[in-house]
Amino acid sequence: MTADLAIVAPAAAPVPPAPSLAVRAQSLGLVFDADGQRTVALDNVTLDIARGSFVSLIGPSGCGKTTLLRAIADLERPTSGTLVVNGTTPERARRDRAYGYVFQAPALYPWRTVERNVMLPLEIMAMKPAERRARAARYLDLVGLGEFRRRFPWQLSGGMQQRVSIARALSFEPSLLLMDEPFGALDEITRDGLNLHLHELWRRTGMTVVFVTHSIPEAVYLSTGIVVMSPRPGKVTEVIAVDLPAARDLDVRETPAFLAVAHRVRTALRAGHSYD
Amino acid sequence: MRHHVLPVVVVLAAVVVLWYAAAVWLNYDTAQNLADDGASRWDIVAATMQQDRPLLPAPHQIAGELIDSTLFRPLASPKSLLYHAGVTAAAAALGFGFALVLGVLLAVGIVHVRTLDRSLMLWIIASQTVPVLAIAPMVVVVLGNIGLTGTLPKALIAGYLSFFPITTGMVTGLRAPDPMQRDLMRTYCANGVQVFTRLRWPASMAFLFPSLKVAATLSLVGAIVAELPTGAQAGLGARLLTGSYYGQTLQIWAALFAAAILALLAVAVIDLAQRALVRRRGGRL
Repeated sequence: MTADLAIVAPAAAPVPPAPSLAVRAQSLGLVFDADGQRTVALDNVTLDIARGSFVSLIGPSGCGKTTLLRAIADLERPTSGTLVVNGTTPERARRDRAYGYVFQAPALYPWRTVERNVMLPLEIMAMKPAERRARAARYLDLVGLGEFRRRFPWQLSGGMQQRVSIARALSFEPSLLLMDEPFGALDEITRDGLNLHLHELWRRTGMTVVFVTHSIPEAVYLSTGIVVMSPRPGKVTEVIAVDLPAARDLDVRETPAFLAVAHRVRTALRAGHSYD
Repeated sequence: MRHHVLPVVVVLAAVVVLWYAAAVWLNYDTAQNLADDGASRWDIVAATMQQDRPLLPAPHQIAGELIDSTLFRPLASPKSLLYHAGVTAAAAALGFGFALVLGVLLAVGIVHVRTLDRSLMLWIIASQTVPVLAIAPMVVVVLGNIGLTGTLPKALIAGYLSFFPITTGMVTGLRAPDPMQRDLMRTYCANGVQVFTRLRWPASMAFLFPSLKVAATLSLVGAIVAELPTGAQAGLGARLLTGSYYGQTLQIWAALFAAAILALLAVAVIDLAQRALVRRRGGRL
């Protein structure tokens, strides 16, 4: 196991956040209480995510991986334990606009052009118009959609729309990128292309990425570390480091080293899942 | 639009034919009574379409009355239908403006303030169950007593009748953004005004325009109804009233058609505004 990702044993006293950590969760619990129905979405989750790493959360439906991501984003409130994001509380991190969030669907506003969708967070953050346009152009070029900036979202394919939403999340240059199954609704060929793209993007920017996925190959291909989770109650069963070269192309998926990691992830998933 | 012309013409022709048949049928008895003894059946049928005060005027009579009372009367004269239509249209337009402001403000309050959501909607629905025919005379008379006459009382009735579809449409529209679109705003730490101007308001436009079309026709109905109870001197409602006093069926029907044409014009204007917005949004609302 590498040093950039490790399970930290629950400490007796809250440990001051280490500056090298993007996210630190300690004994995190989150219980939904709706109409007398108690659902334990997260149970005693302890996890460190180092700055600059690419960490995937993988597990079957209901294992709390999306809930964990949403808690990091301050879209859900943990009911117990501590959660530190960028050295501060999730709410403070959100107010500091420390993270960009990419949802399962592109969530573009259909009445805005592609360019104006990317400029939306910049408008809200009161950036000057000239700077907004420059940023939008830069990040649309980065995801390869520069020439589509005057189009409307519904004029683009699903994969292109999701790339726009990635450009939108990158436009204000957050240090942390949270992605909730961003490619889940796309076909495999589009998905491969976007994985390649995202991997290069991460290598170039050096940002921290937390990535929720269902797909083992996707997780292994993209990640420096994989967090395997199991459902009812949602908890972390294993953290697997990915010892693959940082520069990867899609062919790495055929190598023995890749298959060995994939096998470990599959075994961990099976151990945590009782098929009930 | 062009390929829809033929069906429209066919339906119109069918209506006109049926109308003539109905006019002959309804006016036959009076025509027979007025006819000379020697009049043939065909003379009587022809007479059913030429009466001064027919039970049901034939289409060409209504068209003639419409043309005569719009094109061949001075605009300021009380005999000009354009003058009366203008009076009613002014009241309806002002009332529509009231309804737009009130309807949108109520919707914004209902969507943003939980207590208003619980308390206000009930009263708004209750307000719409009160027959406007019962309220209109009271409003007009009370306002008349404090010196408010003319357009304003009529506009208030028109607005009272037409704010409801705007409120309900806008409440739905302002709540239309899905959880993901709202969460997105939360991740940006957007404030309430930003969420409103950049998400809720633009999302509500698809619901606003259909409501506006309903509201425009309702405000015309409101303005006309408000002209009835006090025996107003001017307006399409006044034309309907005097027409029925003196049995001037031609005048009544011409006023009815004028009201229908006004409503079509109002809806067309709103449609133009909608098209302009759709064009700015690249072809979709």
